[in-house]
Amino acid sequence: MSVLHRAWAIVWKDLLIEARTKQSFNAMVFFAALVLFIFSFALGPDTELLQEVAGGLLWVGIAFTGLLSLSRTYQNEETSGGLEGLRAYPGDSRAIYLGKLLGNIVLLLLVEAVLIPAAGILFQANLWPHALGLAAVSVLGTIGFSLVGTFYSALTVNLRAREVMLPLLLFPALVPVLLGAVNATTLILEGDLMGEAVVWLRVLGAFDIIFFVICIWIFPIALEE
Amino acid sequence: MGVKSNIEKVLGILALVTMLVGSYVGLAIVPADAAQGNVQRLMYVHVPAAWLAFLAFFVVFVMSVLYLIQRDDRWDRVAASSAEIGVVFTVLTLLLGMMWGKPTWGVFWTWDPRLTTTAILLAIYVGYGALRSFAEDGEKRARWSAIVGVIGFANVPIVYMSVTWWRTLHQPPSSPRSVDPDILWTLMLNLAAFTLVYLYLMVRRVRYAKLEGELEKRMAYNA
Repeated sequence: MSVLHRAWAIVWKDLLIEARTKQSFNAMVFFAALVLFIFSFALGPDTELLQEVAGGLLWVGIAFTGLLSLSRTYQNEETSGGLEGLRAYPGDSRAIYLGKLLGNIVLLLLVEAVLIPAAGILFQANLWPHALGLAAVSVLGTIGFSLVGTFYSALTVNLRAREVMLPLLLFPALVPVLLGAVNATTLILEGDLMGEAVVWLRVLGAFDIIFFVICIWIFPIALEE
Repeated sequence: MGVKSNIEKVLGILALVTMLVGSYVGLAIVPADAAQGNVQRLMYVHVPAAWLAFLAFFVVFVMSVLYLIQRDDRWDRVAASSAEIGVVFTVLTLLLGMMWGKPTWGVFWTWDPRLTTTAILLAIYVGYGALRSFAEDGEKRARWSAIVGVIGFANVPIVYMSVTWWRTLHQPPSSPRSVDPDILWTLMLNLAAFTLVYLYLMVRRVRYAKLEGELEKRMAYNA
């Protein structure tokens, strides 16, 4: 079996578990909605203000929600020694990273598919005219977030304080992703008259490519026993 | 051992002397800046601290790569020591910069690209240190922190570029040609002093790390 086949087997297994239990998806959607609510309370009922900062609020919500699912990426395997099993399979261990990465991307995109329209309703913004741009930002941003997140969650899974260590390592590394995603989202929601959003989409794309190469390259070292 | 402790002593004395001379020249001999007054003298410590912070993190990066290739504990000890000292210099850079920023810009903090990048740099290497303190097994601690040392450093240019695009209103950095020779000379003297302090701290910290490693081994053996 090729690396891609084995990666796909992991994606299928994880998504099947998720489809049957829905434990992550439900918790994530509910948590994300709560984050948006808390922001709305904290910033007051001024709709204009909320619309101005909607891009930032949305991506902070996505980052916190994504963190929830990231920390479960390998913890799910731990209960019955699943990670040892995956490690023991012959072949390149990069398949584990690829599989977990794809699973995280799909799950987070599904949550965003609920979260972004919900934010549009809460902040009274008409998203339909910007659907294509928003989709591009959320795909590129989610890939960047998951690339580093899936990698660092493998690194921290065996630590005593993994709940603290994952965000401590992850969030500073994600600064370019957050800047790119927030600025692109804000520009797109404002109509992007100057065509500046493309610059930020390129930043996201460049980050995705660079970190894909680095993470794929180093992952076998991170997973050594 | 004798030679090593001599190197340490010589480095320590050299660092102390150049630090004293550099501070004296910077505070008392070089004339104050025409536009900024005495506040500008902070530059003689702020800029060297910043350069040394970057140098220290570059050393972490190189040592991390070396460790991942050769798996020699020596590189891990140097990387860990340099990261710690780099964090100290980064904090110093930020504090000195704030002291300069308040009278000059009117604020302690602004979201200037270099300021922001330095703060993010601090967060990256505080995370590196936290990871080290939470990992118990020596080999894993070395391997994991080396990975963070590589990824953290590779990210710095991307962070800097994205922050620059975010805030395009920063002033360009001074180049040696735009600076008075007296000021440049004093700056170089202080840079030499800070480099010696860095080397002195490194020699001591690496020796300490080695002792720490030996202690860890003995404790594991006795347990």
